[in-house]
Amino acid sequence: MNFKARLGGAMLAAIMSTTAFHGAFAADDTIKIGVLHSLSGTMAISETTLKDAMLMLIDEQNKKGGVLGKKLEAVVVDPASDWPLFAEKARQLISQDKVAAVFGCWTSSSRKSVLPVFEELNSILFYPVQYEGEESSRNIIYTGAAPNQQAIPAVDYLMNTEGVERFVLEGTDYVYPQTTNKILKAYLMSKGIKAEDIMVNYTPFGFSDWQTEVSKIKAFGSAGKKTAVVSTINGDANVPFYKELANQGIKAEDIPVVAFSVGEEELAGLDTGPLVGHLAAWNYFQSVDTPVNAEFIKEWHAFTKNDKRVTNDPMEAAYIGFNAWVKAVEAAGTTDTDKVLDSIIGVSVPNLSGGYSTVMPNHHITKPVLIGEIQADGQFEIVQQTPAVVGDEWSDYLPDSKDLISDWRKPMSCGNFNVATGKCGGKGS
Amino acid sequence: MLIRFITLVLFLLSIATSSLAQSDPKALIDQLGKADFKQAEELIGQIAATGDPRVVPALNAFAEGDLYARKSDGAVFITKAAGADFTLIDPLSGESAGEAPKGSMVKLRINNNLRRVIRSATGGLTLLSPDRAVRLQAADAVLRSPSAENLELVEAALSKETDGEVRARMQEARAVSILISERPVDQKRAAIETVASLGGRGAISILMSAAPSLDAALKPDVDAAIARIETTQAFWDMGQNVWYGLSLGSVLLLAAIGLAITFGVMGIINMAHGEMVMLGAYSTYVVQEVIRTSAPNLFDWSLAIALPVAFLVTAAVGLVIERGVIRFLYGRPLETLLATWGVSLILQQLVRSIFGPTNQEVGNPSWMSGAFQLGQMQITWNRLWIVAFSLSIFIGLLVLMKRSAFGLQMRAVTQNRRMASSMGIRTPWVDAFTFALGSGIAGIAGVALSQIDNVSPNLGQSYIIDSFMVVVFGGVGNLWGTLVGALSLGVLNKFLEPWTGAVLGKILVLVLIILFIQKRPRGLFALKGRAVEA
Repeated sequence: MNFKARLGGAMLAAIMSTTAFHGAFAADDTIKIGVLHSLSGTMAISETTLKDAMLMLIDEQNKKGGVLGKKLEAVVVDPASDWPLFAEKARQLISQDKVAAVFGCWTSSSRKSVLPVFEELNSILFYPVQYEGEESSRNIIYTGAAPNQQAIPAVDYLMNTEGVERFVLEGTDYVYPQTTNKILKAYLMSKGIKAEDIMVNYTPFGFSDWQTEVSKIKAFGSAGKKTAVVSTINGDANVPFYKELANQGIKAEDIPVVAFSVGEEELAGLDTGPLVGHLAAWNYFQSVDTPVNAEFIKEWHAFTKNDKRVTNDPMEAAYIGFNAWVKAVEAAGTTDTDKVLDSIIGVSVPNLSGGYSTVMPNHHITKPVLIGEIQADGQFEIVQQTPAVVGDEWSDYLPDSKDLISDWRKPMSCGNFNVATGKCGGKGS
Repeated sequence: MLIRFITLVLFLLSIATSSLAQSDPKALIDQLGKADFKQAEELIGQIAATGDPRVVPALNAFAEGDLYARKSDGAVFITKAAGADFTLIDPLSGESAGEAPKGSMVKLRINNNLRRVIRSATGGLTLLSPDRAVRLQAADAVLRSPSAENLELVEAALSKETDGEVRARMQEARAVSILISERPVDQKRAAIETVASLGGRGAISILMSAAPSLDAALKPDVDAAIARIETTQAFWDMGQNVWYGLSLGSVLLLAAIGLAITFGVMGIINMAHGEMVMLGAYSTYVVQEVIRTSAPNLFDWSLAIALPVAFLVTAAVGLVIERGVIRFLYGRPLETLLATWGVSLILQQLVRSIFGPTNQEVGNPSWMSGAFQLGQMQITWNRLWIVAFSLSIFIGLLVLMKRSAFGLQMRAVTQNRRMASSMGIRTPWVDAFTFALGSGIAGIAGVALSQIDNVSPNLGQSYIIDSFMVVVFGGVGNLWGTLVGALSLGVLNKFLEPWTGAVLGKILVLVLIILFIQKRPRGLFALKGRAVEA
C-alpha cells in the first residue's frame, strides 16, 4: 500500500504542481506565505482542513490591513503525502517563491524531511501538530503539543480521577507512538506502576481488523485492576478500532480509552453514540466556551460556507502560530528570518481556550491541556483543564534526553545544550 | 432537670430536621447543580441512601447527560430537546415543568467515574422494582459494579424474588458483593464457588480484584477457582481465534472475489480493483444519505437497497474502463498494470474532489450492531453477517459461472478465445461484461466493508495488496482457490497475531506466502490442462 500510495502521490503531485495553485508571480507589494499541506494522498484527510484554515487566517489578516502595510499572499503547494516531495516543495517555496514563512507539515516524517531544507535555506516553518518531542530546530516553531502538553497530563487524569492502575499503550507502528509510549512508560514507572501492569502494543498503518487486539485489551483488563487504554492510533485505523470497541461492548465506564490523535474531525466519520465517555487529550476542543472561540468557529463556518465543518486542535495551533508570526514581524519591522526569529521569542498571543500562548526560547509554546469526553453529537465535553504548560522538547523521562535543554536566545542559541557536560550538542539536532 | 430535658428535646429535634433536610431527595438533586465531580459523588451516595425509588430517573438522566440546572435559580431538571428549547421535566415527580430556551440551562457535568457510581446506586435502588426487566437490569448493574453497601439490598430483594432467572442473577450479584464485604469466611468461600461458576474473563476479574483483601485461608480457594476458569477459558479462546480468523478470511474473500474474476479468470492485472470496492462503499453512503433525508424509517433496509445500486454503479464504471482502456491493452500486462493504476488514482482523486478527503459516516443498521454471547465467546453481529454475506456471494458467483449461459460463454472465451469466437460468441462483449461483473462484485463487497472500515478515498488501497495475495495464493483462475486461500490466510493471521503482534504477524504471513509460492508457483488449486498454457 505504501509503495503504491507514494508512487501515486508523486505522480499526482507532478500533475498538480504544474497546473494548480501557481498564482505566484513576484510582486513587491505583497508578503508571501507558504502553505505546505498534503491535498492528495493518505494524509489529505487531515491536512486539507489545515490548508483551508491557513487561507482563512490570511484572508482575515488582509481584511485587517495585512502586515507591515502589505497584503499577505498564500502560496499553496501539494506535497501529496509523499515525504521526500515535502522537501522538494519546501525548497521550491523558499527559493523560487521567496515566501517569508511556511506553515505546514503533519506527520513527523514530513517534518524530518523538510527540516534540513529550512536550516540550509534559513527560513521559518510553523509546525501545528502534536508530536513526539526530542527535537528543537532554530528554524522551526512547534505550536503543537509536546508529550508533556498532552500525553502526560492525560495519564495523570486517568490515574487521579479514574483511579486507573493498569495501562494498555496501543499505537500505530511509527515514530510518534513509539517515542510517546517510551516516554509514557518511563513516566508511569516513575509513578510506581509496575512493568507487568503496562502492555505496549503496535499495529500497522491503516489496520482494520481489530477483533484480536480488542479482545486482548479485554483480557488484559480483567486482572482485577482498573484498566485504561492510551491510544496513539493514527487517523484511519481509529474508526474500525472504535467500531470494534463498541461492538464488543467495551464501555468507557469499564475500560476508558484516551486518544491523542482523535479529534472532532476524526469523529466525523463515526456514530459516536456507543463511544460516549471515551476520552481525548488536546489543547483545544471545539466545545471550548469562550467568546474568542465562538468568533473563530463563526468565521470558519462563514469561510467554508458550511456550518457543519468542525474545528480542531491543529487548527488552533495554526491560529496561534500565525498570530505569533504576525506579531513578531510587526515587532521586527521586517520579514527577515533572523530578525523574526529573534523577535518571536517571548511573543504572547491569545489562544482559543481563553488564555495566552507564549513562544518560549525552546521554540515551543505554552498552552493549557484539556481532557474531553466524547459526546453523542461527536463533540467533546471538557472534564479537566490545566493551567498553561510549557512545551518540553527534550523529555525529562528518557535517559538520552533528560540532560538536554534548548534555548535559541543569544548567546546560547543551541537546540540541544547538555546541562551535565555544559556543551552544546548531543542527541538529535 | 427540666432545662436538661428541653435541651435534649431541642437537640434531638435539630438532628431530626437536619437529617430530614439531608434526606430530602429534591434538595439533594438540586445541590448536584453546584457540585464538582468529588461532591457529586458524595451527593449521589446520599441520594441513593434515601432509598427513594423516585430518584432513579433523575440519576439515569444524569448519567445520560440529560440533567440540566436552570441558570436563574439553580433548580435541576431532566430535559428533552425540543427544537431550540428544552422540555423540562421535574426530576422527582416526572411531571412536565414547562419549556425553557437552551441558553438558560447549564448541563450538569458527568464523567466516567460518576457514571459508575450512578450505575451501582441505581442498581441497588431498582432491585425491588415491580418490572421484571428492570430487576434483571438492576441485578446486572450490581454484578458489574459491586459495592458492600448494596449487599443488604440484594439479600432483601432475594428473599422476595420469585422469578428464576432474576433470582439466579441476584445470587451472583450477592456473591460478588459478599467477596468485598465483611462477611465471615465460610460465606465468602461459598461466594467464590458461585463466582467461579459464572466463568469467563469477568469472573477472573472479580476474583482477582477481591483477592488482596480476602482472608489468607481463602487464598487456595481463589487460586483454584481462577485456575479452573482459565482452563476452560483457554478452550474458548481457541474457538474465538478460529472465529476471528474466519471473519478476517471472509473480509479477504469479499475483497478478493471480484479480483478472482478480473485477474483470476481474465488475467487482467487490475490495480483499480480497490477503487471499485471504494466506489461501492461510497454508493452505500449516498444511499444512506438519501434515506436519512427522505425516508428515515427505511434506514434498516439501507444496505439491502445499497447492494443493487453499488453493483450497478461499479459495474457501469467497470464497463467504461474495459471499453475505454483495457480492451486496447489485452496481452500487454505491464501496460495494463500502469493504465489501471492510473485509473485508480483518477478515481481516488475524483471521489476526494466530490465528497471531500474526510471519512464519511456510514451507519450500522440496528441488526448489524452489537454482539451476542456463545458460551464464553463473543460474536459481533456485523462480522457474522459479513461471513454469511461473503459466502452467499461466493455461492452465487459459482452458480453463475457453472450453470448459466453467460458463465459458459465466459469460460469458453477465457479458455479458447478463437474457438469461442468461431462458435458465434461475441468475445469483446463477453470480455466487457465479465470485467463489469468483477467490478460489480467488488462494488457489493464495498457495501459490506463500509460497515467495518473507513469510508474514505483511501479505502481501496488498503485492500488491493491483500486481494492479490489471496488470489495468487489460492491459485489464479479458480474460485474455490480464492475461498480456501482467503479463509486459511485469515485463520493463519489470527493465530499468529496473539503470539507475534499484528505487525510481525502480517510480515510472517507474507514471508510464508513467498515460500509457498516458491514451492507451488500456481497456488493452492492450480488449473490444469491447455488453458494454463494459453
